[in-house]
Formats: sequence, structure tokens, C-alpha cells
Amino acid sequence: MSRRFNAGYYVSEGFHSIFTHGFMSFAAVCMIVACLLIMGSFSLLAVNLDSMLGDLENENEMVVYVDDSLTEEQARNLQPVLAQVDNVSQMTFVTKEAALEEFRAKRESNAAVLADLPDETLRDRYYVHVADIELMAQTKAALEQVEGVGLVRAAIEIADGFVLVRNIATGVAMALIGILLVVSLFIIANTIKLATFYRREEIAIMKMCGATDGFIEWPFVVEGMLLGLSGALIAFFAQWGLYQLVARLAIQGNGLSLVNMLSYSSMAPTILAVFCGVGALIGVGGSLFAIRKFLQV
Amino acid sequence: MIRFIDVYKEYDNGTKALKGVNVRIDDGEFVFLVGPSGSGKSTLIKLITAEIAPSEGRVMVNGYNLTNITPRQVPHMRRTLGVIFQDFRLIEKKTVYENLSFAMRAIGASNRELRRRIPYVLKLVGLEQKGDRYPGQLSGGEQQRVAIARALVNNPSMIIADEPTGNLDPQRSLEIMMLLERINELGTTVLVVTHEKNLVNRFTKRVVAIENGRIISDETGGYYNVEKI
Repeated sequence: MSRRFNAGYYVSEGFHSIFTHGFMSFAAVCMIVACLLIMGSFSLLAVNLDSMLGDLENENEMVVYVDDSLTEEQARNLQPVLAQVDNVSQMTFVTKEAALEEFRAKRESNAAVLADLPDETLRDRYYVHVADIELMAQTKAALEQVEGVGLVRAAIEIADGFVLVRNIATGVAMALIGILLVVSLFIIANTIKLATFYRREEIAIMKMCGATDGFIEWPFVVEGMLLGLSGALIAFFAQWGLYQLVARLAIQGNGLSLVNMLSYSSMAPTILAVFCGVGALIGVGGSLFAIRKFLQV
Repeated sequence: MIRFIDVYKEYDNGTKALKGVNVRIDDGEFVFLVGPSGSGKSTLIKLITAEIAPSEGRVMVNGYNLTNITPRQVPHMRRTLGVIFQDFRLIEKKTVYENLSFAMRAIGASNRELRRRIPYVLKLVGLEQKGDRYPGQLSGGEQQRVAIARALVNNPSMIIADEPTGNLDPQRSLEIMMLLERINELGTTVLVVTHEKNLVNRFTKRVVAIENGRIISDETGGYYNVEKI
């Protein structure tokens, strides 16, 4: 009798067995959905936290004061030199007059006192943003070395605080996601193992008839993958609903706009791809792990 | 063909199940393997089907040396055997036809081969009208016939029946044994493990008796002699 890779048979058997073992399939899908939702929620929390920290980091700028002795034109000519400094991402030049106007605008209650200040009170300046906030101290030192720069003011302590918070948040999120992934695999494997336990007789009969391990495994692989992908799709939409709900609550209780959540639709393709990948991985991995024991006949 | 040469089997718990078994079953033979519970019959069957390996000695089955058989060769060796169990071991959620096609699929048979072979085997066991029934809708004797059909469907050179009549009444037992005899007449080697003295006595075949892990009697054309074992 000829041997062949019968993909149609494997798919048909895998699909069929989902329905013939309906309750266990339902349990496995529920477990996958629960695991993906928990992992997804933590991941989205980490992504949003990272984004919010990024926004705050962007607001953390350095002020480079130009030396008093330079004319405005000479001060403007410093821009390409400053741009050459490592880690400088963008900068804005503000003349001493504009700086004074801004100063006055922020202190309208003292307008009378400030009205008589001469235009030369403040200095020309650059507002500088850095690419990597961790290198802020080095960047400050490098900017101070540029000829024509009088003073550089940077909130190094605040920047270091941001870096610390971000590193802790990323570390905690990664650790939690890692732990949840292992726990999910374990739970799925046990759920599928329970489903497979009912079918150990079928496996034993197939082995006795001369079926190879591969022949026995393929329908389980297909079944695990289908269960994993089904769970991933359900989890994707459930996560969407949950995220929208949390976003709405955050906006309602967020009068100062301190919390600015990313939109789910902008992340949807990535989330769907990750959910499908992880769902298929835990479905197939769990299936193979579960039937391994029964193949030793 | 089966050959056991000085075969010993000791389990991990220290039980010595076989103690120097030598036996040879040639192609086309019909052999009864008899013996009391715990005599080593099941161990002997498990060695033939490569579920376990011998502790010492050589086991040869249909040209395969099971002492050093590789895991990849085991499925191919098993395709030369058809195994029948006392409890039938049919899949309840599959019809008779599907139980047979399941066994054929396991060795990679095509749909055409299924359509050609299954009706022939069902006719051979007298169940040609019951292909669409589920095992639960059949009598015990009919279920065992399905199990025999499944064992035969891949055209093995040897049938191993482990207490095939243990769950059947005397009349059904006789019918099953006559069916196995007919299968043997068609050229398939048959090894029947049984306790049933009356059945063994009714068929004057070769009887191998085992007790306490040793072959104590092997008589061609003999009968199940209670005093001997």
C-alpha cells in the first residue's frame, strides 16, 4: 500500500475532531482566549506606558543659551554646529526679543513691572530635544564645548527619573508576559491533554495498526492550530472591546489629559498577528506536548 | 514467522515474566497459546507487537529482529500483524466502515484502496450489510467480527487474537473461532491466546502451553490438557 502525505485527510480529521470533542474544544478555546486577553492587556499597558513616557521625554528639552557677545546672525549661524552634536534630534532658535515676549506672556499679572524691561534682558537661545534621553548628560557636556554657547540648562535628574521608570515598567511587563506565556502553555497543554486522554484508545489502535507518529500527530497539530487561531480571533475582538471601554473610562476621569492612550485600530494589525502567532504556537505546542505520552506504545 | 530464541523478560519491578522461552511459529500455522493468568502470555504478545523489548534473547517477527528494531521500523513491522483484543477496542463514534477505513488510513491507503478492500473484508466476516452501523448497535459477536475485519483489512501475514472470545457466549465464540480458522485456511498465520479449554479441544491445532514464564508443552495437533498445566 502506498504511503503519502494526505493533507486533506489531516485537515478533515483535525476539523472533525473539534466538533466530535465539542466540550473539550470549547474549554481549550476559552483557555486560549483567557491567556491571550491577560497577556494582551499587560502588553497594551506596557505599550501605552512606554508611549506616555516617550511623550513626557519629548517634552523634556534642554535650553542652550548663546553667549551675550554674539549678534543674532552669529547666534543663528550656530545652528548647524549644534546640529552636529551627537544625540541632538531637533532644535528651535528663539531670539532674545521673542524669549522676553514669551516671558512676559507667562506672567501677565506682573505686566506692569515687566513692561519696562529692555530687549537685551534675556539671551538668544536654542530649545534642543535629544534622541536618547539616557545620554542627556553627555549631550549637555558636548553642547557646552561648542564655541559661542554661554550656558546649557538641562533637567538631568528628571531625565534620569524617566529612564528609571521606563526601564522598571519595561522589565516588569516583559517578566509578566514571559511568566504568563509559560503559564498559558502549561494550562493549554493540560486542557488538550485532558481532551487527548479520551482519545488514547484511538491512538493506541492507530499505533497497533502500524500508524507512524507523524500520521497520528498531524490531525492533532491541525486541531491545535485551529483552536489556537479561533481563540486568537475571539481574544482579538474581546481585547478591542475591553480596550475601548478602558479608554472611555480613562478619558472620563482624565480632566487634565494626563493619560493619552494609543488608538486600538492603529495597533490592530500587530495585535492580530501576535495573537494569531501566539494562539497557533500554544495550540500546536500544547497538542504535541499532550499527545507525546500516548505515542509511547 | 515468529521466533523466540532464549527470551527472558524482567520488568522494572523485578517480575520475571519470561524465563528462557524458545518457540517458532511458521507461516500459515494456526496456533493456540494457552496458560493460566500470570503465566507470561500477555508478555509474549507484547513482545511480538513490539510494545516491550526482551531483557535477553532474540525475538524475530515476520523478518524483523525486534531485539534491535529502531522506532522508525516499528510501525512497518506492525503492518505485518493484525491484532484482535478481548474487549474489541472499536471506536464508538465511528461506523463499522469508518473503523476499518481508520485502520487503512493509518498506513496511508488511498480512497480507492478503501473502496476496494473494505467491502471485501466485511463480506469475509459476514457483515457486508452493516457497514453504516455504529459498534453500539451491534451484538458482542458482531463487534468482534468488526475487530477481526479491522485486523484483516491491511492484509497482514499474521493475526494475533488475545482472548478473542472472552466476552462472548459459547455459540458466538465458536463462530469467531471458525472464522479465524477460515482466515487461516486463506493463508494467514493465526495465533490465538485463550483460556477456553472446550474451544481448544474442538479444534485439533497446535497448542503451545506456557506456565510461570516457561513453555511447558508444544504439541502439533494436540489439545488443551488441564493436567499438563
